[in-house]
Amino acid sequence: MSVKLKVNQKAVQVDAPGDTPLLWALREQLDLVGTKYGCGVGVCGACTVLVDGHAVRSCITPVASVTGSSITTVEGLSADGSHPVQKAWDELDVPQCGYCQSGQMMSAVALLGRTPKPTDAEIDTAMNGNLCRCGTYPRIREAIHRASGQQMPALRD
Amino acid sequence: MRINRRHFLQLTALVGGGMALGLYERPLAGVLAAAQGNGGTAGLSPRVFLRVMPDGKVVIEAKNPEIGQGVRTMLPMLIAEELDVEWSQVQVQQADLHEEWYGPQFAGGSMATPINWEPLRHVGAAGRQLMISAAAKRWGVQESECSTHAGRVLHTASGRSLGYGELADDAAKLPLPDQSTLKLKDPKDYHIIGTFTSGVDNPALLTGKPLFGIDVKVPGMLHAVYQKCPVLGGKVKKANTEALQKMPGVKHVLVVEGTFRGGAVIDSDPGLEPGVAIVAETWWQAQVARKALKVEWDTTAGSPTADQQSSKGFDEKAGQLLKEPAGHTLRSYGDVDGALKSASKVVEAVYAYPFLTHAPMEAQNTTASVSDGKVEIWTTSQTPGGGRRMVAKELGIPESAITVHLTRTGGGFGRRLMNDYMVEAAWISREVKAPVKLLWSREDDFTHDAYRPAGWHGFKAGLDAQGKIVAWRQHMITFGEGAHAASSAGVSAEEFPSGRVPNYFIGHTAMQLCLRTGPMRAPGANALAFVGQSFLDEVAAAAGRDPLDVQLELLEATPVPLPESEQQAQRGPEEYRFHAERLAGVLKQVAEESGWRNRKSGSGRGMGIAAYSCHLGYSAQVAEVSVDADGGVRVHRVWAVTDVGRQIINPSGARAQVEGAIVEGMSHTMLEVTLADGHIMQSNFPQYPLTRIRQVPEIHVSWRITPNSPTGLGEPALPPAIPAICNAIFAATGKRVRTLPLPRSGFRLA
Repeated sequence: MSVKLKVNQKAVQVDAPGDTPLLWALREQLDLVGTKYGCGVGVCGACTVLVDGHAVRSCITPVASVTGSSITTVEGLSADGSHPVQKAWDELDVPQCGYCQSGQMMSAVALLGRTPKPTDAEIDTAMNGNLCRCGTYPRIREAIHRASGQQMPALRD
Repeated sequence: MRINRRHFLQLTALVGGGMALGLYERPLAGVLAAAQGNGGTAGLSPRVFLRVMPDGKVVIEAKNPEIGQGVRTMLPMLIAEELDVEWSQVQVQQADLHEEWYGPQFAGGSMATPINWEPLRHVGAAGRQLMISAAAKRWGVQESECSTHAGRVLHTASGRSLGYGELADDAAKLPLPDQSTLKLKDPKDYHIIGTFTSGVDNPALLTGKPLFGIDVKVPGMLHAVYQKCPVLGGKVKKANTEALQKMPGVKHVLVVEGTFRGGAVIDSDPGLEPGVAIVAETWWQAQVARKALKVEWDTTAGSPTADQQSSKGFDEKAGQLLKEPAGHTLRSYGDVDGALKSASKVVEAVYAYPFLTHAPMEAQNTTASVSDGKVEIWTTSQTPGGGRRMVAKELGIPESAITVHLTRTGGGFGRRLMNDYMVEAAWISREVKAPVKLLWSREDDFTHDAYRPAGWHGFKAGLDAQGKIVAWRQHMITFGEGAHAASSAGVSAEEFPSGRVPNYFIGHTAMQLCLRTGPMRAPGANALAFVGQSFLDEVAAAAGRDPLDVQLELLEATPVPLPESEQQAQRGPEEYRFHAERLAGVLKQVAEESGWRNRKSGSGRGMGIAAYSCHLGYSAQVAEVSVDADGGVRVHRVWAVTDVGRQIINPSGARAQVEGAIVEGMSHTMLEVTLADGHIMQSNFPQYPLTRIRQVPEIHVSWRITPNSPTGLGEPALPPAIPAICNAIFAATGKRVRTLPLPRSGFRLA
């Protein structure tokens, strides 16, 4: 069984049944391990990726459902950490353990894509599905403000 | 015990959970000896703390497991500062497990700072001294004429300078500097210590590079899941292994007998638990196969009554036991009963808190490769040394045959002080004769933890006519057997306000439990602060006094000393003992910063105060909350003042630890793990409402700088957050939170 996907602007082929969660296709077939397994039921946000610009929980998204879509993972933000969201995350030293942060950043990128200058309340609403067990939330808020209002680069691989 | 100043405290996490204080020699001599053994061809050393490359690049090994507490950045900062290089010259690398080279390598007890503060600065200072000696020799000048700056040795008189890289080969051939003559910097000259420093892993982390245990990839690796009995220690009677063997990608299905050790008190690491291992080409295939697994369990194999245990049953039993005298006395002095009888007012209350699971974001995992009697392991353990001992024991091989690599870890919180996943991975790899990455599911992680133990505390306090506390009785119902409390389920003879009231009693009664318990961030303290600081607030309210005044009065009282014999057992060096004036200091400062004295309470809004000392740190906090008509609590602001000595090493990481501790403390007010028929009833995040971003208050973090050696921050700021919030709820509503989580007291975090 083979499924064709477009990940980080690249056409790729995944050798797995169509009901395989996108998370595991990314991690185990495509070696894109920045996207993390957290809960497996779509409630913690660690596995968040962008599908056509929308934040999606990849652990409950079957690969067959995203064949015609453009998928972006944390690796697709930039390889050198130059994306404004990655830069803000580093400058404010957001990560503690860091495990949830790729999911946090992908949710932040989706938010900034539709709301370039979000308020605290808009940030809280958009980010509430992303759990951070270490409690980096105050810095996530600050980092989103720092990255906001900037020109977001076109996402590439 | 006399403490030799040339020794350092060593805290060793024991295999069975818990920790032991011991002593170890300064690692410096060994470190430098190893460094010199290299012959000097590529700088100082390939294998130890510090390598200076010919091009001037400095490679520093990070010795401890990074679990989010920031040590992979903070510990190398200590070396770099005293070596006197620019942080931008430094490349940090994670060390493998080699405690004979690096000293203790574990993440626990907030001990990284107190253990390493001095030795690691000495490592850096020794490196700097070697560079000066090498330069002085080459120039034929006195060492005293040389200085260093930004990775160069300078001879100001002649205007000459040499980079460390140019001196590295010479330096490696020099004799060791005399440890006693090493000069450490004056803190006013620090340019790395005390500077906001972002995590060294950020560039890799933020671009999605493999860093964590779950990301490990080894050639020929298979993937495993391991299904254990939902009741602790239960064994497989029958399983449909043959049907599973035929599923896509499945390579092996094994029934594991295990080596589980039961008993009246269960270890936090009780050996290899029985179960079924499913090994496949990918983890998802193994997980799909697990969904088709049918097992008939013998649920009584671990303990004959394991499947009859329930939270409700423990609650009822604890209620009965609280009516009886304590089974075991921890400390008793004065005449508590007499003082209570003659008191003007007696306050009595029962406090209770539930089991909790650690729930780190990264589920437990380890990659192991066993072949030809040798084992290679990549693990997320907080105690890799303890894990290696366990693997050696369970597999019957010498520790020397086991190599352990430390990966970055997606959260510890104490969960990874236990090493069950490490043993399971090694066992499965040996059986299938291939490298195996074992990854637990989130459900495995919830239902097979060593849990923060539940507890019940009966309090009675007597007040005199002036509202002064004259008697204090605390009876804890806990788990264990007789005097022996289960892991992290104990309370000490010195629990506050022990020694600070004229008549005092503390004791416990233990119930048997067939469930693993274990340390969770600020173990003991995270529960004891809630009950003790909440009851103190209750007593102050009954006396019509400000709880701050009551607490300060206790802290300023002349202490009733413990009997000499108990002091020996209970206490470490002077500096590491409880110093009441440090707790009073943070309390006064937080009161000032939060405007405590001018607070307005009532009509649904209020402020609460609490303080606690644990893990060598002192933290006081004030929380401000509002409560709506339905009991929905909003935490608006939290002020935290913490005293961890004279130097904050990395202001970014330090502040992060306090912010995180407060957010975690908020979670503690909402979470519980419950048991029914020996089964854990929570299996994933929807049943375990950890704090989310919209609930997070404004957090004000500040420090009280005192002339003490720097100590750690992983734990001390957590305990006071819980009672500060609960006391604020009382101030807002007049209703006391005596049972956690909040919904059991009629509230919830909104």
